[in-house]
Amino acid sequence: MAKEKPQKQRRSLGELVAAIEALIFVSEEPITVRMLIKIINEDRDTVRAALDQLSNEYDERESGLQVREIGGGWQISTRPEFHEDVRAFLKTRPSAKLSLAALETLAVIAYKQPVTVPEILEIRGVQSASSIKTLLDKRLIVSKGRKETVGRPMQYGTSKDFMIQFGLKDLSELPNIEDFEDFVQ
Amino acid sequence: MEEKEEQIVFDFENAKAKIFRESRDEIQLTLGEFAGPLDLLLYLIRKEQANIFDIPIAKITREYLNYIKLMEKLDIAVAGEFLVMSATLIEIKSRLLLPQEPAAEGEEEPEDPRQELVDRLLEHQKFKNAAEMLWSRATVEQAVFTRAPIETDENNMEVSATIFDLFEKFQQIMERRKEEIQMDIQREEMTLAEMITTLRSRLKKAKKLNLLELFRNLETKQELVLAFIATLEIVRTESVRLVQESTFGDILIVVETETG
Repeated sequence: MAKEKPQKQRRSLGELVAAIEALIFVSEEPITVRMLIKIINEDRDTVRAALDQLSNEYDERESGLQVREIGGGWQISTRPEFHEDVRAFLKTRPSAKLSLAALETLAVIAYKQPVTVPEILEIRGVQSASSIKTLLDKRLIVSKGRKETVGRPMQYGTSKDFMIQFGLKDLSELPNIEDFEDFVQ
Repeated sequence: MEEKEEQIVFDFENAKAKIFRESRDEIQLTLGEFAGPLDLLLYLIRKEQANIFDIPIAKITREYLNYIKLMEKLDIAVAGEFLVMSATLIEIKSRLLLPQEPAAEGEEEPEDPRQELVDRLLEHQKFKNAAEMLWSRATVEQAVFTRAPIETDENNMEVSATIFDLFEKFQQIMERRKEEIQMDIQREEMTLAEMITTLRSRLKKAKKLNLLELFRNLETKQELVLAFIATLEIVRTESVRLVQESTFGDILIVVETETG
């Protein structure tokens, strides 16, 4: 049985936009550009252009959905404006947030990664063991190997889930830490 | 998969103040991991409306030690970090009291003994602000929903299953099995008297019963035990014999004939 060689018909940008929309829709996790390139068999620039157009289309027609880049991939999600309706349907309430201790620890890890427990202690001035455990349990941070220093302490960094839950495209989207230096009297 | 989590509510400006509340639980809660010595110092500096770049160290140290005492009075185990900070403050204070050697020609002014502490406080403050930023980002993100998982998403679940997930599943299966067995027992419960009656009537009809076959048809352990006891009982009280026709052969229950 001679397998038909996929004679790639050049697709128009409009068709590509539609195909990409379908792929983003079915992907549970944000789908990466690399994956899109592989599946629709187009070069990076074309895929990027299609993504931009798709995202714009949603914005222009004031859709209840948004197409956006998050956690290193692309995702279709509801717009925050409609959270009350969506919650009413899903019968959910906003889930518990992290404690302030955990958030502070997460901030230190996000900005200083890879970072060890003693380094976190230095900045926070308190032991952070239970916060680290919480963050690991929630898969917001992951271990990044051991530091080649005395005692070979474990190093931590943020995970993809962290970017997704905090609405970040990638880590460079975090505001500069120096901008937080405002000591209000 | 409902995860029950306690809702932790706090507000950034007043969270530190909770330390003074009289309720003991409240204090322990706030002191937990969040309120470290740096937080306490920042709070005191704000309260005194002091300039962080020119901390009135004597005053702040006194206040700081008061709070440590308060914590002790309230029977809260004071964490080691707080004591280290006390020592640091006292050291800075004593260094400030010492007359400074005038800077020699071409040498830089000696560093203010407070400098290192100020640096740490500023660094700490930055990350507190960053935490606040994360907090608001998370709040926005919680208002955003993606579509519900579809069937094929299950494939991804496999990847994340750990040995503990497996163990948990196994336990569930065991639990379910336990329930099933319990139901069986209730339905099939039989008394020894009933078993003896059954056995007796079967013997009467057949005159000869193969023990192995008799037992093979019984399903539960309880029935087996009952049948065994019933057999012994019948052998003891009635005129039946247990016959084994060959070594290791099947055992038969035979009703003795009147003449036998």
